[in-house]
Amino acid sequence: MRLSRLPWALVVLAVAFCVPSMGSRFYTFLANDVVIWALFATSLNILVGYTGLVSFGHAAYFGIGAYATGLLMKKLGVSFLIAFPAAGVIAGLCALVFGFFCVRLTRIYFAMLTLAFAQIVWAICFKWNEVTGGEQGMPEIPYPSFDWMERVATVLPFVGGYRTSDYFYFTCLFLVAACFWMLRRIVASPFGRMLTTIRENAERAEFIGVNVRRYELAAFVIAGGFAGLAGGLFGIFNRGVFPDFAYWTKSSEVLIMTLLGGMGTFYGPAVGAVALIGLNQQIVSYTEYWPLILGSILVLLLFVFPGGIAGAVIDLWRRLARRPTRA
Amino acid sequence: MPDPSFVFAQSLSGLTAAMFLFLIASGLSLIFGVLRVLNFAHGTFYMLGAYSAFQLVQWIGVGPGRFWLAALGAATAIAIMGGVIERFLFRHLYGKEELYQLLFTYALVLILSDVAKIIWGTQQKSVSRPPELTGAFHVFGATVPHYNLFILLLGPAIALTFWFVLQRTRTGRFIRAAALDRETLGALGVNVDGLYTGVFVLASFLGGLGGALIAPMRATVPGMDTEVIVEAFVVVVIGGLGSFWGTFLGAVIYGQVLSFGILFFPRFSIFAVFALMAAVLIIRPWGLLGRPLK
Repeated sequence: MRLSRLPWALVVLAVAFCVPSMGSRFYTFLANDVVIWALFATSLNILVGYTGLVSFGHAAYFGIGAYATGLLMKKLGVSFLIAFPAAGVIAGLCALVFGFFCVRLTRIYFAMLTLAFAQIVWAICFKWNEVTGGEQGMPEIPYPSFDWMERVATVLPFVGGYRTSDYFYFTCLFLVAACFWMLRRIVASPFGRMLTTIRENAERAEFIGVNVRRYELAAFVIAGGFAGLAGGLFGIFNRGVFPDFAYWTKSSEVLIMTLLGGMGTFYGPAVGAVALIGLNQQIVSYTEYWPLILGSILVLLLFVFPGGIAGAVIDLWRRLARRPTRA
Repeated sequence: MPDPSFVFAQSLSGLTAAMFLFLIASGLSLIFGVLRVLNFAHGTFYMLGAYSAFQLVQWIGVGPGRFWLAALGAATAIAIMGGVIERFLFRHLYGKEELYQLLFTYALVLILSDVAKIIWGTQQKSVSRPPELTGAFHVFGATVPHYNLFILLLGPAIALTFWFVLQRTRTGRFIRAAALDRETLGALGVNVDGLYTGVFVLASFLGGLGGALIAPMRATVPGMDTEVIVEAFVVVVIGGLGSFWGTFLGAVIYGQVLSFGILFFPRFSIFAVFALMAAVLIIRPWGLLGRPLK
């Protein structure tokens, strides 16, 4: 069997499922962080990489999802099974409203309006003390209940005996994998192809009778909805929801992650999440000046590897693959 | 209704804030107008201007005239830094996608603000007001420090100078031409590369000057750069990206909305500002006084 025929996504998933059995609470924590950010970055990639719309306010939907799940679970005691999809639906609805206005603008104005909406979301989270907890945020979001897992464990071997945080990691992994599967289906569908066409040449797409704005809006809603799901998971993972989830610097962080991994390739942003979070973990143990390092990496990336990690690897792969035929 | 003297004082304080924002936003708008790039690092230039002014005051001490020397020195240092960045790095991204240019300026934000942290730490720094302007006026029952009055006069003075340079001088004509059509200007034998560097230097100077002049009024702290850049975005978007008087108008509107918003709806003044920005973008994306981009 050739190496490229292996179902790599499943292999990675299987490896990821084994992380908690290594017994290290820290590695599970790190892996959970990566998994959630991978979904967040991939949702942005639908917009930036596939449709060619540069959003500077993607953190808004992440924040909305996080607050939606947090509020439902903490203040209203709603089950995770409802609170999690609700994060996606509410973020998607907000994306529908905001996106309706955003897709009417082009390029820099589009970016500015997404930024403005994100700042509005941030300002609401920051100031509406009664509901969102204001500047202090909302600490102590409860974990979903995993009693049923323990019950399953009495029947099946190897399932029980993990910590709650481990169970939550499994849940995240399962849900994010499901989201990836859906996103993969979306970008491979005729609808997804049309998004790429719009990115390449919106004018031509218009000529052949495509309603470009409607497609862009659909992409905006999908990206916002999945970012909301990522936010919903992150609020629980982080044990609290804070206004800076929606602040504009968060939007640029996820943009950097997407770019680092490689825009326009499906798994690029996930690779970016692994690379950036792993690197962060390595570097903060040496120095507190992580932004300095991140900025330098970004400059290097922009000038030397504009295709990101995935782009560079694909490039290398092709070069290596070509060599035998030439010789 | 609050009493009139309070309203007067409030609107003056809003106007003072507006003049600072104008100083910063005019540089941002200038860069956008000519280079067609949104410079996220402009807020960081402003912060570095404040830190540099603090440092220079430390070195040359407090005394008559010393503060002004420090402020000018700080602005010049930032201008030189801006020029170096444009010439050696930024230049290479002109032909590339917008996203790359945006992210490059964001990389500068990350790098420069950490460098500032390494040099000046995270403790807040303050500069005392210049001795010439420590007093205050009393007008209509409101107390206006001399320094604020100076800022209130400086804003329009800089705006007028700017306008004069842009409208009446040869360089100004080149700058306006470069904003419209870079290639034709180059074909006519104008040194466009040099002009771009000059514009970047001038914009950085204004940003640095804004920072240096605000140092005696507000504490200089890490994080002030990411805060101010969003405010400056709001200002240039309201007025119109690349429009000069638009930026002035945008700053005045911003200052008033913020200071009266705090008075009447203390909780939602920040909200109001961003809502205003979104509304302008939806109704007139090119801003109140701007022209639509082709």
